[in-house]
Parts: sequence; structure tokens; C-alpha cells
Amino acid sequence: MKILALGFLTSAALLAQGRANEGDAVNGKKLFLADGCYQCHGYAGQGGRAGARIGPPVLNTAALIRYVRRPSGQMPAYTEKVISDQQLTDIYAFLKSIPTPPAVKDIPLLNDLKR
Amino acid sequence: MATDLSKTDLSKKDSSSQNPSKNPKKAPVDRRGFLKGAAAGAAASAAALVVKPALAQQIDDRVVPQKPVPAPQTAPRATTPLPNAATAAKETAPPPLAAVYTTDRPGADFMVDVLKSLGFEYVAANPGSSFRGIHESLINYGKNSMPELITCMHEESSAAMAHGYAKIEGKPMMIMAHGTVGLQHASMAIYNAYADRVPMYVLLGNVLDEGWRRGDVEWAHSVQDAASMVRDYTKWDDAPVSLSHFAESAVRAYKISMTPPMEPVVIVADAVLQEEPIAADERPRLRIPKLTLSSPPAGDSGAIAEAAKMLVAAENPVIIAGRAARTPNGIKLLVELADTLQAPVNDRRFRMNFPSKHPLYNAGNVAEADVILGLEVPDMWGMTHSQTPVNRMGMEVRNTTKAGAKIITIFSGDLYSKSNYQDFGRYAETDLAIAADAEATLPALIEACKKLLTGDRKAAMQARAAKLSEAAKKARDRDLEAATFAWDASPISTARVSAELWNLVKNEDWSLVSDTTFFSDWPHKLWDFDKYSQYIGGHGAYGVGYGAPAAVGAALANKKHGRLSLNIQCDGDLNYAPGVLWTATHHQIPLLNIMHNNRAYHQELMYVQDMANRAQRGVERAHIGTEITNPNIDYATMAKAYGMYSLGPISDPKDLAPALKKAIEVVKKGEPAMIDVLTQPR
Repeated sequence: MKILALGFLTSAALLAQGRANEGDAVNGKKLFLADGCYQCHGYAGQGGRAGARIGPPVLNTAALIRYVRRPSGQMPAYTEKVISDQQLTDIYAFLKSIPTPPAVKDIPLLNDLKR
Repeated sequence: MATDLSKTDLSKKDSSSQNPSKNPKKAPVDRRGFLKGAAAGAAASAAALVVKPALAQQIDDRVVPQKPVPAPQTAPRATTPLPNAATAAKETAPPPLAAVYTTDRPGADFMVDVLKSLGFEYVAANPGSSFRGIHESLINYGKNSMPELITCMHEESSAAMAHGYAKIEGKPMMIMAHGTVGLQHASMAIYNAYADRVPMYVLLGNVLDEGWRRGDVEWAHSVQDAASMVRDYTKWDDAPVSLSHFAESAVRAYKISMTPPMEPVVIVADAVLQEEPIAADERPRLRIPKLTLSSPPAGDSGAIAEAAKMLVAAENPVIIAGRAARTPNGIKLLVELADTLQAPVNDRRFRMNFPSKHPLYNAGNVAEADVILGLEVPDMWGMTHSQTPVNRMGMEVRNTTKAGAKIITIFSGDLYSKSNYQDFGRYAETDLAIAADAEATLPALIEACKKLLTGDRKAAMQARAAKLSEAAKKARDRDLEAATFAWDASPISTARVSAELWNLVKNEDWSLVSDTTFFSDWPHKLWDFDKYSQYIGGHGAYGVGYGAPAAVGAALANKKHGRLSLNIQCDGDLNYAPGVLWTATHHQIPLLNIMHNNRAYHQELMYVQDMANRAQRGVERAHIGTEITNPNIDYATMAKAYGMYSLGPISDPKDLAPALKKAIEVVKKGEPAMIDVLTQPR
């Protein structure tokens, strides 16, 4: 099991290098789709009524893995039998690669809705 | 004043006319004109309904002579064999007079008079032989007006259309169906309406007398007790055995359906009563009873005073609104109560209850409340408890209210219960339960609260209001920030679709005729809802297949008001009975359909994922049986096939606004339109 703190990694580096111990964002994206993460969290991890926003992530890799193994809310538990720590690390790398969205003030349709 | 058709002596009754199977060749009678004045155009309303006297007309019991068919003058130059003499004679000789079976006054005409007196605007039906008599009378004798026949392609569509219609118009729409196969199709939609406390008028055809059934089809389509199939989830039913009986039961059914808690009702229109002439001796007795709707039940004054005392004294009261508002006035009353108490309103969105822009909208937290007031909340227990998360086995239950919190309910559901179907939810422990209609009770409750307000209490409430307003603003900012995520994603985010649509309709008289649950509630987070017609809530019993027809029914109700009806349409839901798209086009029902095309039965897919993870088998195969792909459905082409303007699929968010603009132009001209949007799952 390799749990890495990925705070120092950049998404570009992950996408380019795909190093196993730091997480392979390209493989992570494949897993994100194959393992159905997007069904609740959205294709961009944006969250919604069915799942929390996870992209870009606010947790670190270790915390993400801990939560996936023993979730406290509505999310089903993903055990080691169905997804490895390395695969979760890859998913984390993919989530980290998702760019931060523009601010509300930079989206006129939303900025107009401010009260 | 009710209608007396004549004063003929009832003792002249001919028993044979009451049992047509014993005398199937009885004399036909003249047709038309009967009861033409009776109740035509009379509208049902909350006020007493008065039906004008009918124009009693003379009865013509003569046999209508049939024009003999002339025998052929020359032998045909046919290549087919000539009929023999016996066959030729049989086919060309005029039939005996008694065998020519016409009538100018079928019982269905009187049934139509009764139904007209109730003020139905529309009747939705997929045609069926067991109600062919009333069908014919509606379109000819009734001139297809009040009610107008709406052609449906599935009885589930008929019922769900009536469901959506009632939530806009506040009164029932009628549907017709076979008492057997038609009702079987309609039953889920009727259950949805029942669970959603919606009035609906179901008229079933049935051939009760076996002597009148034409062959095996009508045997298969006949039933002893038609309404039994839906009796567990309808409020009242009857199978009248005479036209007088029909009139009384039809009016009674309407009254029962409209008395809170409002529910569907069923009347069985026997085919023989529909099709046979109105018996001469029955005519004098035929009258249409006066309809007087019951005033909704209001709460007991002592209980209201007690509730007011608890609410005014509360430090953190929270109001939960379920189906609190039945009418536009319900919103005004709820705003007045919330403002009086400075109490936040948690809106369950079963109806348009409370303005989404109001600072008290969804600003409260039940866990912090010391007094919780539930207004027409069907699952009060669920509002005050949490259950085991999906990911764990067992059924752990936790009370989420703080110690000592008091619970008050005003709930018309307490006045009416059934056993079999469990939509009533778990038993809710309360401190004060007022069995009454919430909207009818609010004026007295507001008044009682105002009387108890002191300077100290007002000061405390103002301080609370400032905090709640600040909390509401922060919540709004969080929602806007959340909408930025996946803003440019493809498939298009549900937040982006909602924002783009709002930008184009915000200055229109719009009406959202679909549920927002499967759209992550984005319209409710971003739009300003403040009028009753702007939202109709959801399914009732979560029976999928409701969405598309309910939207068409609500749009039908909106049509005369000139409202721009908007339907965010789930893909799985549409595929139950997509023929309702044709109904919308055929009847020129203005409605903008925006496909929420996530290509899956998404909720079920998540459940299968959960089960797969629980069994530790991985979720790679969870899409089997839950996804709607391979092939992907082309909804724009589907809509075109039904004659509807359509565009899509739209997958690039930049293409969305131009497509929506074009579709809105079409809808504003009075036609339905569809934009197929490839969307994020939620």
C-alpha cells in the first residue's frame, strides 16, 4: 500500500509522468469512470445532490483513501477487494488535475444572481 | 336549485327497459336535443353550483324507418364468384324494423350533462370500447367542449396529465379508461396522485351485464368490481346502476375528491347505461344534483391557541412546509406566518409553498430548533430522524432534534388514512397534532400568534431575523460558487443548464412543471420562485413515468393563462410512454422540454453500485440493466417523429443558449418544443 501526500504534486506533472507512486491521472480518469465515481460526484467531481464535491479535492490522498474505505454518509464503502490504494491514488491524481473553476464574478450568468 | 326534467308518473315504468339483456331488441328512440340546456357550461366552483332547468323535450318512441337498400339491377362484372340467391337476398333485403337499432337519446347524453355540470375543462383518454358511448356523446352531443377530449396514447399518460393539470388549476381533470386493461395501465399514475394528495376524476367503462358483451374481447374487458383494483389508493368509488344513480354518484365523487385531503375518485359508467336509450319512465326522475363543495377543515381554536403560544415563546422555531399551500393564497399566508414569527421555512417542495428569494427560505436547521411546526408534511418522522446510511447494514435510527424540542403538526392526512399502501410513512411522535387543512388553519394561527406578541418577543425575533438573513446570504453565495464547478464541462452540468435557462425566461410568466430532485435542485438554488404556478412539486409516490405526462397536463392548464411552461425531462421517465409528446403536439400545448439526458436510470445505477460494493464484487458491471446506452437514444429525432420542434443532442455548453432561444420562440407561438441536452448525471 502506498499512500502519498500529494500536496506538492502538480496535475500537469501527474498527467505527463503518470508515476505509479504519485498517482497516474490518466489512469485515474479511466478508473473514475469505470468505478462509477462520476455517477454521484459528476464527471468533473463537481458533486451534486447525490454526492459531495471532490474535484479538485480538498482532502489529501490518505484522507481520501480512509474515507472511501469507511465512509460515514451515503457513499458505499469501496474495500481493498474492489479497488486498490494505488488505484485510489490514481483517482486522486485525476481529481487533482481538474482545474479550479472561474470565480462567480467571472461568470456573468452567475454574477447576476448575487443578492 | 336542481334540475327536474319532467313530472311524468314513475308508475309507468317498463321493467323490460331496466333489463335490456332480456329485451335486447326494444324500440329505439329519437335522438338528440335531450337535456341540451341542462347544466351546459355550468362551472363547478367553490361556491354552490346551481344547475339551470333543462329543456325537457318530448319523447319520440317511434321506430326510425330505415331506407331499404335497393337490390342490384344488374349482375356485377366481377371476377369473384357471385353470391347464391339466399346470400344475395340476405344481404340486399331490408332488415326487419326491430333489428335496426338506433337511438337518439342514449344514456351517455345525460352522463355528459352531469359531467358538464361539474365544470371539467378536459377529459384525457386513450379510446376504449367500454366507454365508446360516452366518448361519442362527449364529442357530438357535448360538442367536444367543456370538457374537450384530449387524445392520449397510454392511460398512464391520461392519469399523469390529470395529476399535473390539477396542481396548476386546483381542480380535477377527468380521465376515461377501460375498467380492466385501461385502469391497469393507469393505476401507477393514480397511485402517484393519491400519494401527492391530488384530485382526479376517473371514469371507467365496463359491461357489467354479460348479455351485452360482444364476444371474447368484451368478456376479457369486463369486470365485476372495476374500482377494486385501485380502491387502496382512491378516496371513493361507485358503480351506478341507473342514470339517476350515476348523477348523484358523479356529483358526490367530485365533492369528495375536492375535500382536503384531495384524492382521486372513480366512477364506473356501465356500458349499457351509456349506450341504451334513456327509458321513458326514467326521464322524469333524471336530475342533476347541486354541487356544494365542503369548506376545508380548519383546526380547533383551542389547539391553535396552544400552538401559537409555543411558537411565539420559541427561541428557534422552524416551519417545515410539505403540501402547505393549496392555492396562491397559501403562499401569502405562509409568508405572513413566517414574518410574524421570524421563523425559517424549510420547504420540502411538494408544492410551491414559499418564495425562494425570501430571507427565511430554507434558512433554518431542524437540529437546532426548539419548536418545529410541520404543515402538511407527509413524513414528519423523517424530518426529525436520521437512519442508517446506505453503506452500512442494519437500521439504526437517531432522533435529530435537540432535547426538549416540541413538535406541532397541522396535517389533513390525519383525517383520512388507508392501510395497505404505506405512503403514510413512519409514525411521528408529536406534542400537538392538529388534524386539519394547513392553509385553512393558517389565518387563525397567524391571528393567534399576533395577539401574543409582546415588545420583548418582537425584539428577540428581530435579532433572530438578522442572523437568519445573514445565513441565507451565505448559503446563496455557496450555491453560486458550487455552480461554477464543471461550468464548462461536457456533458453539461445541471447548474449550467439551469443558469442558462433562467437567463432566458426570468422576465416571462414561466412555470416549471417538473421536479428538480434529479437536477440537484439547481433551479431552486438559482431561480426566483414566488408565484404558485411556478412550481408543481414531484411525483407523490416516486412512480417514474410521471414526469413527461404531468408536465404536459400542467402545460395544458397553463395554456389559457399564457404561461411559458418549462419541463426538465429525465430520459428514463420519458421512455415509459413517449406518445405523450404526440399528445402535446396534436393539441398544441405550449411546453419547452429540456432533456436531462444522462443516459441512465441513474438512481437505480447508484443503488446497484451500493449492492456491488456491499458484496465486495466491484462496480464495473453495475451499468448492466441501468444504463440507457448502446444505442444512445436520439430524443430530438424522437420528438420530430411526434411532430415536435426539436434540437440536439447538445453537448457543448456554448451551444445551449442559442438552442434554448430558438425553442422558446416556438413555444411562445403556442407549440411544444424539445432540446435534447447531454447532461451530467445529477
